[in-house]
Amino acid sequence: MSLWEYANPVKFMGLSSRLIPTLSVLTILCLVTGIVWGFFGTPDDYKQGSTVKIIFLHVPSALMAINAWMMMLVASLVWLIRRHHVSALAAKAAAPIGITMTLIALGTGAIWGKPMWGTYWAWDPRLTSFMILFVFYLGYMALWSAIEDSDTAADLTSILCMIGSVFALLSRYAVNFWNQGLHQGASLSLDKEQHVDDTFYYPLLFCIAGFVLLFVLLVLIRTRTEIRLRRAAALAARNV
Amino acid sequence: MPDLGKYADTVILAYIVSFVFLIGLVGLTWLQSRRAKRILATEETRNGK
Amino acid sequence: MLALFLRDLKLAIRTGGGFGLALAFFLIVVMFVPFGVGSDLTLLARIAPGILWIGALLACLLSLDRIFQLDAEDGTLNVLATSPIPLSGVTVAKSMAHWVTTGLPLTIAAIPLGYLLNLPSIAYAWLFVSLFIGTPALSFIGAFGAAITVGIKRGGLLLSLLVLPLYIPTLIFGAVTVIKAVEGSNPMPSLMFLAGLTLLSVVIMPFASALALKANLS
Repeated sequence: MSLWEYANPVKFMGLSSRLIPTLSVLTILCLVTGIVWGFFGTPDDYKQGSTVKIIFLHVPSALMAINAWMMMLVASLVWLIRRHHVSALAAKAAAPIGITMTLIALGTGAIWGKPMWGTYWAWDPRLTSFMILFVFYLGYMALWSAIEDSDTAADLTSILCMIGSVFALLSRYAVNFWNQGLHQGASLSLDKEQHVDDTFYYPLLFCIAGFVLLFVLLVLIRTRTEIRLRRAAALAARNV
Repeated sequence: MPDLGKYADTVILAYIVSFVFLIGLVGLTWLQSRRAKRILATEETRNGK
Repeated sequence: MLALFLRDLKLAIRTGGGFGLALAFFLIVVMFVPFGVGSDLTLLARIAPGILWIGALLACLLSLDRIFQLDAEDGTLNVLATSPIPLSGVTVAKSMAHWVTTGLPLTIAAIPLGYLLNLPSIAYAWLFVSLFIGTPALSFIGAFGAAITVGIKRGGLLLSLLVLPLYIPTLIFGAVTVIKAVEGSNPMPSLMFLAGLTLLSVVIMPFASALALKANLS
């Protein structure tokens, strides 16, 4: 029994239908715990006041915005190398989630930035990088919807994802080179000295777990949707 | 409701924006999933005949 | 490969599309800037490096879809795919031809256009060098975008959406080089990054383009 068994669409449908209920419960538990604890159970920061509570949405969504792209990259490579259809469809399924996470990260960041930095938007390297990531997601999704033949679409988007990753990374460094930032250091480092205070750290961990679970759950559901649509299209083609 | 002080608007706005996006995403996923199920079901019954 | 390069060059010159249009577009973009921001010479001098780089980049973008489109329509691309030259070699020849007909003229045209924008005199050499080194990257990255969208009808807008984000690092390092020169600080580090970026694009983009072409032809 190897992991690749689940690359078979039928096996995948079976496994995912068994996973989804448990996963949904876990997601809701983590998200509710994290957000309620974060919103009601944490004190104000001495510098940022109550705006520190935005961290519980900002940091997990920013993390997932990047991780979703990483997951798409891995899925794209699996498709290019081993030609598993589920993998290509999972990459397609992840893109809208990634772009939503990018928007949440940008939105919460902008709202937080207004009272803290005095402006909604500044051309800070991290903000700029997220804007760039957003554009990469747009291009990727536009390419998926522009090509009719699904295998060609999977091929081309996978190649784009690969090259896009290289250039997104280059842009990150280019942007750093271009402008020094306003952003604070890592909020999540394992190094105790660096990361945020424990009172914020534990609810934040719940929120991150919740966002990760939500991402996995949504990818599973969306991949199932894609598989169903693919099968329906195949049936329709046979009936004509 | 905790006392959010002078930044109450900011914090609540950030939470509302995030929830709107998240609920929108989940809702969209759910709608698309329902639509796919329906399309597949009609195709399968057509195929069965 | 050389024959293919020369053929593309001849085609571009004979049909007259590449050369003239990109240059005219570049001129018009540069001309529009004073209309948009006012004719204040000190302001123009400050934004000139960025305008020239953005203008050159957009002008380069215009002619990208020609790289593969015509050959795909009349079937030449299918012939090339079965020829002994690997597809990556085809891409290299076509990217080079695109650079000679677009990037190089734009680089030269940027000098007089820089004068129109009151670019400080110390910066001309750096403007020329940065464009000379940077525009090959634009052609090679652009060829990749063209390879991906070759099968899509009316893919021009999509091509821009795919290629422009990939141009970001080139634009940043290119423009920063000229800005540093204007400010009187050392432009070498960003120029080196720009050169590295071009080398990287020249090395990896032909393979990526070949993969994309294969997917489109199958």
